[in-house]
Formats: sequence, C-alpha cells, structure tokens
Amino acid sequence: MLVVDQLPKTELQEIPFKTKIPRIGVFICHCGINIAGVVDVEKVASEFAKIPGVVHSIDYKYMCSNPGQELITTTIKEKKLNGVIVAACSPRMHETTFRNAALKAGLNPYRVEIANIREQCSWVHQNEKEKATEKAIQIIYSILEKVREDQTLEASHSDVEKKALVIGAGIAGIQAALDIAQAGYPVILVEKESCIGGHMTKLAETFPTLDCAACILTPRTVEVSQTPKIKLYTYSEIEEISGLVGDFRVKIRRKARSVIEERCTGCGICQEKCPKKNIPSEHEEGMGTRKAIYISFPQAVPNIPVIDRESCIFYKTGKCKVCQKFCEPEAIDFEQQDEIIEEKVGAIVVATGFKQLGKDLYGEYGYGKYKDVINSIQFERLQSASGPTLGEIRRPSDGKIPKIVVFIQCVGSRDRSKGIPYCSSICCMYTAKHSMLYKHKVHDGQAYVFYIDVRAAGKGYEEFWARAVEEEGAIYLRGRVSRLFEKDGKIVVRGSDTLSGTQIEIEADMVVLASAICAHPSAIELAKKLRIPYDQYGFFTEAHPKLRPVETTTMGLFLAGACQAPKDIPTTVAQASAAASKVLGLLSQEKLSHDPITAVIDDEICSGCGLCVEACFYGAREIDGIKQISTVKEVLCEGCGACTVACPNGATQLKNFTKEQILSMVDVML
Amino acid sequence: MKYAYFPGCSLHSTALDYDESARAVAKALDVELVEVPDWTCCGASPAHVTNTFLSLSLPLKNLQSAEKISRQMVVFCAACYSRFKFAEKSLAENQIKEKIKKIINLEDIPEVKTRHFLDILINEIGLENVQNRKKQDLKGIKVACYYGCLLIRPPKVAEFDDPEQPSCLDNLVEILGAVPVSWPYKNECCGASLSLSRTDIVLKLTNDILQDASEAGAECLVVACPLCQANLELRQKDINKKYRKDFSLPVFYFTQLLGLALGIDKKSLGLHRAMVSGDFLLKEKGIA
Ligand SMILES: Cc1cc2nc3c(=O)[nH]c(=O)nc-3n(C[C@H](O)[C@H](O)[C@H](O)COP(=O)(O)OP(=O)(O)OC[C@H]3O[C@@H](n4cnc5c(N)ncnc54)[C@H](O)[C@@H]3O)c2cc1C
Ligand code: SF4
Ligand code: SF4
Repeated sequence: MLVVDQLPKTELQEIPFKTKIPRIGVFICHCGINIAGVVDVEKVASEFAKIPGVVHSIDYKYMCSNPGQELITTTIKEKKLNGVIVAACSPRMHETTFRNAALKAGLNPYRVEIANIREQCSWVHQNEKEKATEKAIQIIYSILEKVREDQTLEASHSDVEKKALVIGAGIAGIQAALDIAQAGYPVILVEKESCIGGHMTKLAETFPTLDCAACILTPRTVEVSQTPKIKLYTYSEIEEISGLVGDFRVKIRRKARSVIEERCTGCGICQEKCPKKNIPSEHEEGMGTRKAIYISFPQAVPNIPVIDRESCIFYKTGKCKVCQKFCEPEAIDFEQQDEIIEEKVGAIVVATGFKQLGKDLYGEYGYGKYKDVINSIQFERLQSASGPTLGEIRRPSDGKIPKIVVFIQCVGSRDRSKGIPYCSSICCMYTAKHSMLYKHKVHDGQAYVFYIDVRAAGKGYEEFWARAVEEEGAIYLRGRVSRLFEKDGKIVVRGSDTLSGTQIEIEADMVVLASAICAHPSAIELAKKLRIPYDQYGFFTEAHPKLRPVETTTMGLFLAGACQAPKDIPTTVAQASAAASKVLGLLSQEKLSHDPITAVIDDEICSGCGLCVEACFYGAREIDGIKQISTVKEVLCEGCGACTVACPNGATQLKNFTKEQILSMVDVML
Repeated sequence: MKYAYFPGCSLHSTALDYDESARAVAKALDVELVEVPDWTCCGASPAHVTNTFLSLSLPLKNLQSAEKISRQMVVFCAACYSRFKFAEKSLAENQIKEKIKKIINLEDIPEVKTRHFLDILINEIGLENVQNRKKQDLKGIKVACYYGCLLIRPPKVAEFDDPEQPSCLDNLVEILGAVPVSWPYKNECCGASLSLSRTDIVLKLTNDILQDASEAGAECLVVACPLCQANLELRQKDINKKYRKDFSLPVFYFTQLLGLALGIDKKSLGLHRAMVSGDFLLKEKGIA
C-alpha cells in the first residue's frame, strides 16, 4: 500500500499519548441517509462528547466532502487533537482521504482511525434502528481503545530502479514493452520461445476487421528489435525473482540455443542443409514440418535459428555437424550452455498468454485420432498464406478441399463437467471469422456452426457475425455435438438442434473445434516465483476486478493480456498499454514510500521457532543466523498480520495493531 | 482364484449360452466360480426407474450373500455390473448408507467388490497368460467388438475402459487370432431399455449398428452383455423385414470366442443355442 505522506510536514505537532493526555476528536458521518437514516447520529455524537479524553464529538452530513474534510482539519488545529476517529464507511473507501485531512493539520496520519458504521452497521440493520445506534456506539468505543494506544509512525522510503521487466512477448508483452521504452525507460523483454509474437504469429486474418495478422504484427516485432531501449532475451525464462517494488532482482535463464546470436546473420543455410527432416513444426501446430535446426517462420524476430537438441543427430549420435560446416560466420556452438543473467528492475509486467485445451477432455470428438478433426488454431494455419497449405483450405488426411466444414464452439468452455465453467470469450468471434474466410476461399463450400449462444459484445462484433450468416451463408445450429466419427472418408457429426428440436447428422469433410482457452502451462510455477495470486484455472488474479484491473496484489507487478483471462487482441492491447502506464507512473517517482504498518519483533521474547517465516506469504521473515531469532524485512512486509497469528508467544506484533490494542478493543465489545 | 458368481436373471434364462460358456472358460483358466446362494434379481433396469432405494437394496442384498463366498464377486452381464457398481458408489454417502442398512436390516455393509469378468481377465489373469493357454487360433475371423453403454458408462461408475474409445474386447480377440474391425458404432446404444416399450426405436438403433459393423467388414459381432446380445441377434429378422436388409451376423459372447480359442468344444459353450448360427462362419474359417 502506498501511503499518504507526500505533503510537506511543516506544522507537524506530535503529542505522544504516553506523555500527554489524550485529546481525541470523534467525527460521525451521516453519509446522506445511508447512515443517518438508520443510526441516530446526534445521539451517538452526544454520547461520545461525555467521554473523558474525547474533546470534540460532532456529526456531519458528508464527512468526505470538502467542507467535511475542512471541518476535521480545522478542529484538529483548534482543539489540538492528538487522535481522530471518523465513524463513516469502510476504511477501504476513505481512510486515505481522512488521513490526508489530518496531515494537513499536522497530525500524524496513523493516529486517524475509521469506525465502520455503514457497511458493518447501518446497511445490515436497516430495520432495527435502535439496535443499530447501540451497535454504532459499540463500534466507536472499540476504535477509541485502538486510537488511545496508536503510535506515531513514519513511512519509509526507497529508491526506484528505473527499468522494467516484461515477461512474455506475445502482443501483450510487445505492446507494454514498446510503450514503456517510448517513454524513455529501459525494458528487459523475456520470451520463452525462440522468437516473439505469441499466438498472433499463427493467426491468418483477425476479427472484426479481417486485417491480416502478420501485417499488423510484424511492424511491432520489428520495432521491438530496433528499439535500443528494449533488451530482448528469447529462448529464456525467469529463474528466480526476489526483492520488491522499485528493486526487484531477477535471474533469467538463457537457454542454450546452440547458436551464437551475435554472430548469426540469419542466412538460413543451416536449416536448409540440416539432414534431420520431418519434425512436426510447433509453429504449424503439427501440420507442417521443420528441421532439427530451425527458424520458426520466415518473419521471425529474432531471425536466428535454434537447435532442438532432442531431435538433432549430433546430440544423439555425436556425428553430423552439417550445419556447422555450412555456417560461414561460425555461429553454431554445440557446447553452448544455459546462461544465468541477473538484472535489477523497478517494475514487472507479466504477459505470458494462454494455451488452447489439449485433446484429453473429449474422447467422443476423437481429436488426435481422426486426422480431419482439427482445432481452431490449426485452422488458422490452414488459412494462413505462409501456412502448410499456403493458404488453401485443404484437409489434413488427403489434401482434398473440404466442401462441408462443421465448426463446434465451446469445446471445453462453459462445460462444468469438464472443469471449465468459464466462457473463453473469443471463440464465437473467431468461429464467425473462420466460417467467413472459409467461404471466401471455397465458394461452393458450406460451413455449419454448432453453438450455445453467440456472444458478440465488442465493438462491431454483432455486425461481424451477422455478416457471416447473412452474407456468407454460414448455417448456425444451436445445440451440442454428442460425438464425431469417421466413415467413408467423412467425419459424421451427430448433434442436436435445440431450436427445431431435432437430431442432426452431418457428413462433414472436416471439423474444427473451438477448444477452450486455458492458462499457460507455466503460469502457476511462474506465479509462485512472482508471489502473485492465481485463480483455480491458473489465470493470474488482478487486485480488483473493476477498479484495479491491471495490478496484482503485489506492488510493482502488473498484468497484461490473456494470462489474466481469455481475451481478444483489442482488449489485450488496451490492457497492455494500461499496464505500461502503471509502470511509468511508478518508474517516474523519485522515491517510493512504504506503509509503516509492519510487523515488529521483540528480541527478548522470540524463541526462533520460525513459524512466522512459514506464515509469511511475502518472504519478509527470516531467522537471523547468528542471534537465532526472527527478523522482519520491513520493505517486504505488507502488514497482513499472518505472522502475528502464527507466533505462539506474542513476540511478533503488528505496529498499531498490537495484542494489547486488539484485546482491549474486544474487551469493550464484550 | 475363487470368486462369488452372480449370474443374474438373463444368464439363467435367455442367455443360458453365456452362463455355460462363462463357466467353461472360467474352469479352463482355473478360476473357481461359486454361485451366490439364494440370489435375487439385481433390479436392472426397472428398479432404478421406480425407486432409488429399491435399486440400491437389491444389489446390497446379493452382496450380503456373496460375502460368504469371497470378497470379490464376478458378473458377466453389463447391466448387472452397472447396478452393482452404482450401489457401491452410492453407499459412499453416509445418509444413503444408513437408510439402506435399515431397509434390508444390515449390520454392516458387506465388503464385496463387484467386477466384470473382462476386468478379471485383463487385470488378474492377464492377456499374456490367456494367450499362453491358447489351443486354437481364431484364424483372422473379422469381429466387430460391441461395448454398448453400461460396461463403460458412466465412466465414474464403470471405471473400466475408455468410455469413448474402448479397447478391451478388441485387445482380447486380437490375441486370440481374430481381427477386430475399426468401427465407430462400437459404443452406440442398442436401446436395450426400450426393448419392449418402443421396439421401433430399437429396430432403428440396432439396424444402424449392424449396418456399420458389416460396412466395416465384420463377419460377426462379439458382446459382453446378454441384453445387447439379444437385441442385436434376435432382432435381425425384424430388421431385415423393416429395412429390407439381409443381415445374418452371428453375435457371440466374448466367452464363446475365448472358449473356442481355449479348445473347449462348441456344445459346452452353448454355441448350438444361437438364433443366428455361427456354425457356417466357423466352419468356413476352419475353427473347430
Ligand atoms: C484460433 C484463434 C483465433 C484468434 N483470432 C483472433 C482474431 O481474429 N482477433 C482477435 O482480436 N483475437 C484473436 N485471437 C485471440 C488472440 O490470439 C489473443 O488475444 C492474443 O494472442 C493474446 O495475446 P497475449 O500476448 O496475451 O498472449 P500470447 O499470444 O499467448 O503470448 C504470450 C507469450 O508469452 C510467452 N510465454 C508464456 N509463458 C512464458 C514464461 N513463463 N516465460 C516467458 N515467456 C512466456 C509465450 O511463449 C508467448 O509468446 C484468436 C485466438 C485463437 C486461439
Ligand atoms: S547458417 Fe549460421 S549465420 Fe546462417 S542462419 Fe544458420 S546459424 Fe545463422
Ligand atoms: S548437427 Fe543437428 S542441427 Fe546440425 S545439421 Fe546435424 S541434425 Fe541438423
């Protein structure tokens, strides 16, 4: 949590409670009728006016309004308050507002506490006004106990390393890296594969405008390679991350690609001469082949090959080295080892994308068994001018042009029985695109689409899929497909049409499955290294679904693209730019201040049992090797309090949430 | 190996040949089958559409008797298999368990595991062992292995083979020297539960299955369920009439083909009882 003390502390008047008597102000907010409609605010105010130590007690219509804040500021000054309670809404809403108001008056902001009498009182007891008033008083009494013992705390400050790390170089990572670099900050871009671009490199044309994916992507990938501020590490992965916002230490594993990047000119003679052929190409989704040394596709960035050591003849038998013989600049290095690079960065964008569902979930569709049952990304390759069929729609089994193609939507998605209840969000649109592009290429062909609903909520999307039906004649059948099987060179599709209430059997030449969009298989492992949360499907979780959609709960770590949830290119790019702007906001700060509410340890009591070390999610606790007691790394501590609960003898306390404070808060309640 | 043997109603009546071949094969493989004393119908399928507790109590009652013989009970009928497995699974829920215990006056739930004989064949005896005991090759006879529904579905209950691409019967007949044909209808429903109420639907379903099998080049079918067998075999005459076909495809129990391979004589395997006789086919192939 970033804190509020950005203002100059000129008039700071510190009156520690231990030495001076408390002078507390209680401010009760009506929140219009939200609180005052249920709680008798005047009664509450007069109740606290009587309490010793409370020198001011008042109610007001909207405390968070400017005049409301003014009221707090002037009262602090006039009455020389040394503690403030604002009885209002949840501290998540306005704690910062009121602490800033106190700061203006020169009062340490950590002596301002919120008593939540809206969410925890008036809203939940609307029909019991009297009891609600009683409860509001109770809540404030309890906060009063806390305020009495609150200490003056100072935020700590740290430097910001003015450099960013972007993990994953799909369109999300590329966009974020370019945005950050354009603002003048260096970026480290780490990509797992041998070249950048992610899924977009495999797409043919893109909805809703049908512009060719390569045409819009390659200018970006080239720009990445030509931007001096971007340091690109391909065929690399994150080995380890430590540190915290402003000062992350990153270890990057550059996997041995057996080619010295600096020497390689990208002539490609090595892959031409390599005798090891017919290895299924990952880029062609298994529908084309590659050599043991290969560049994934002609426009790859960087245009540098990699040797697949599993298939290479030399690594298997110790003989061959044909590529080395032909490589003039002597770029091939069979002895190359993985290399670990260390970098220091201030902020991180995670953009590791997605993977489509594998073949396992639907035995009844026979994906992987019937050659002419393919998935949607394979269909993209068939559409692509640089694909295995050079853009002609030819089915895998015999290369014939399929005259009837059935597309099945929601394969896995929205299927609770398969453990994927969510909507993959892009399949409706790309299936409409597929049916359309198919018709453009096979004029006498017929496309059928099995769907549950068509979800076309984006800009221009509804019009787009209407075009597929109205102009391109795709036949949409609302229902599920129960099974597929091969018969006489056809794929028989058996399903239901729930609109006409009939069973349908279509003898198709080819079937395309819109398989679910799932988290990248490396996502969970990466999340653990980064200490960011993920949902049960492996997608990374944003800090708030509405108000903080690109942040994570770990400061300085941001999300972009399909690694957070399935999404299309426009949304991916928008989120990537948003993440970049968050990074820029952080990197442009001179210093970062850290919330001073952290754990502290009482050396005298700590037995060094280490339970707190296990309890801490943020790695902020450590056992001191010499003293054999626990220590707190304040900059890493997020003040969650998990360790204070774990500590069996109360040696660990959270500042301003001490055991004494909490117990006396509970006492007055009972 | 000693197992309790639950024949079920079919194997004592319409599927006598299944019972005969089952016992003969078990004997040849040194598997001791002891019939569950005083067994009753397992309830398939009328009980579970009538009353859940009835459908669970009937299998339990039988398991109680089976416990006296062995902790493992063998069934051959896929429908019985399904009912026993369903009961086994449902009892995992405490509430149901307590209620059933009351209904049939049980102190403890009998600890008997129900297994289909195919399971025992593959996972206990082992196909390799079976192959070693082979006395006669099935000489490339082309077989369509038909799994139907209940042997493999629902997968959480049957826990047997892959529900969509099953292969156990195919693997078995292959080692016996037959050639399993590849055909998509191997796990389509034959409509057994509509057998009497909606014969028209059953005729269509069985026609589709037989059609697919013969198109795939099958000379016969092999099944592991008396209800499938009856539907696919007995109805051929009606199908031929209704759809103008001339099917004459023998529908063997897997125990019958296995028995032939183990050198057991045809009479002991009940082959003479078939409505669509396999004699001609077997003679043609030179299988004694
Ligand atoms: C069949 C199909 C058709 C589509 N058609 C369209 C369309 O027409 N229009 C449209 O708008 N959208 C379309 N999309 C969606 C589009 O592909 C996505 O929106 C887009 O690819 C998301 O970009 P991304 O960068 O988030 O993820 P990705 O493209 O998946 O890129 C992620 C990158 O991160 C890398 N990576 C993963 N893990 C790690 C790691 N641990 N360390 C380092 N790097 C890692 C990956 O190798 C990859 O390069 C389609 C999707 C599919 C499946
Ligand atoms: S031959 Fe050498 S220079 Fe040419 S692409 Fe291969 S590694 Fe690079
Ligand atoms: S050494 Fe490996 S990569 Fe090089 S040519 Fe031989 S097989 Fe191909």
